Amino acid sequence: MTGKMKWLITPGVLVGLVVLWEAYVVAFNVSPFILPPPGEVWDSLVILLGEPKTYWNMWVTLFETVAGFVIAVILGVFFGGVFGKVRVLEQALNPLIVGLQVMPKVALIPLFIVWFGFGMTSKVVLAAVIAFFPIMTNTILGIKSVDPGHRDVMKCLNAGAWATFRNVELPNALPYILTGMEVGIVLATIGAIVGEYLGGSQGLGYMAVATLNAFDVKAMFAVILILTVLGLVLYFLVVFLRRFVTPWHESVANRK
Amino acid sequence: MEVMSDAAGSATGDGIVLSGIEQLFRTKDQEVLALTEIDLTISAGEFLVLLGPSGCGKTTLLRIIAGLQQPTNGSVEVGGNSLWRNASRNDAVMAELGVVFQEANLFPWMTIEDNIALPLKLRGVGKSERRKRARELCEMVGITGFEKRWPRELSGGMRQRAAIARALSCRPKILLMDEPFGALDAMTRDQMNSELQRIWMDSGCTVILVTHSIREAVFLADRVLLLSPRPGRMDTIRDIPIARPRDIYVQSMAEFQEIETELRRRLDTFGETTDEGSGS
Repeated sequence: MTGKMKWLITPGVLVGLVVLWEAYVVAFNVSPFILPPPGEVWDSLVILLGEPKTYWNMWVTLFETVAGFVIAVILGVFFGGVFGKVRVLEQALNPLIVGLQVMPKVALIPLFIVWFGFGMTSKVVLAAVIAFFPIMTNTILGIKSVDPGHRDVMKCLNAGAWATFRNVELPNALPYILTGMEVGIVLATIGAIVGEYLGGSQGLGYMAVATLNAFDVKAMFAVILILTVLGLVLYFLVVFLRRFVTPWHESVANRK
Repeated sequence: MEVMSDAAGSATGDGIVLSGIEQLFRTKDQEVLALTEIDLTISAGEFLVLLGPSGCGKTTLLRIIAGLQQPTNGSVEVGGNSLWRNASRNDAVMAELGVVFQEANLFPWMTIEDNIALPLKLRGVGKSERRKRARELCEMVGITGFEKRWPRELSGGMRQRAAIARALSCRPKILLMDEPFGALDAMTRDQMNSELQRIWMDSGCTVILVTHSIREAVFLADRVLLLSPRPGRMDTIRDIPIARPRDIYVQSMAEFQEIETELRRRLDTFGETTDEGSGS
């Protein structure tokens, strides 16, 4: 397939979906309370984007997501590094880690609201908790999966534990950490939004609930659209980060 | 054991003395004796090749000399200093060694230059000094111009050249090589053998190289130590009196072929793994 064709497929599919949507609504005479036609959603979106309140809510959700994500990255890489290096600690705490990982974090929202209030803090905490685990487990995996040959080289060079960590284990873990971050940023966005759904008075998640309560379904669709774009931008920022952090990795080389 | 002709090497304290080396591997339900009764003196500047079929413990022996494996019994002395003191390695002895593995084992996240200079970095050598030395080494092993590349951008042969450069970066007195060209095609391999000979002659270091190719062994070695399998023990020590520098064409000389045949016959008496000896 030629390069130009490739870039036409995605927009083509998108346009096709919108056309199908419109056709479906018209053909089956669907109530706008169930599925508003794309044209009306677009009009709502334009109206929403004209209101300063929308930008404030966007900023709130963005802040909660990014703050939670950054905390998750720092703690996830730190604890992943510690557990990856100190096997005994990992084995001892493994049941606890798995238990926490399996626990549905969303169920903690009421607790977080009691602890941290209805403001942004409870959402930041939820986003961080939800994004933490994939980053931590990937860091552990990355540190453990150092090639035995690479370890031999460091042994022959009399390298100490810190030098081995800095020169070998950490860089070896970077592609894994980035994969964890790709999952983590999506989860952090979900965490922030669900937090807003369930207890809050600001943010895009709250906006979605507010539009629903006002029976303004087309505005709700518009909010979902904004959320999707926000999530996409954040995700691709992390993907883009890969190029800068691991330019040596095959996953980057093949993407030229 | 034959008496060494240039005992001066060990007298100046640069030789390697292996005495009574024995290696036992314990698995869950059995014990395997990998090496036994290894007594050998390697003099400074010598090119020794460890030859043998798979399972003869030649790699284990090299790993013992490299300090990667502590032998069950026996001692390794380098320049009069013991490599192992109880359960800890003697770092001063380790600093005299450079090791090249079958895989280049370059770190993919470092440029060729940084890979080569890593041993210097670990010793606290400054950046500009490291750059300079890496350039010299690249020239020495013939990969000038690739200093800033990632390892994945280099061919297998070039990666192995870089690995040799890395092993040489701290000017080791002893270079240990575990089937360094085993993964390369025959043509590249011949070329690398010639270049290794040149590098060895230029640097004056002691080389211990493991291979299962008889031809490679005869081409490179001052002495070939043939190990017999299960358990690995010293079978034959063969001097290779062919003049240096040797070029590829010495392989067609009668003397070369005689030695090669002699070693092959000896290898064949070990049974089963004879095909391992064919020098690709």
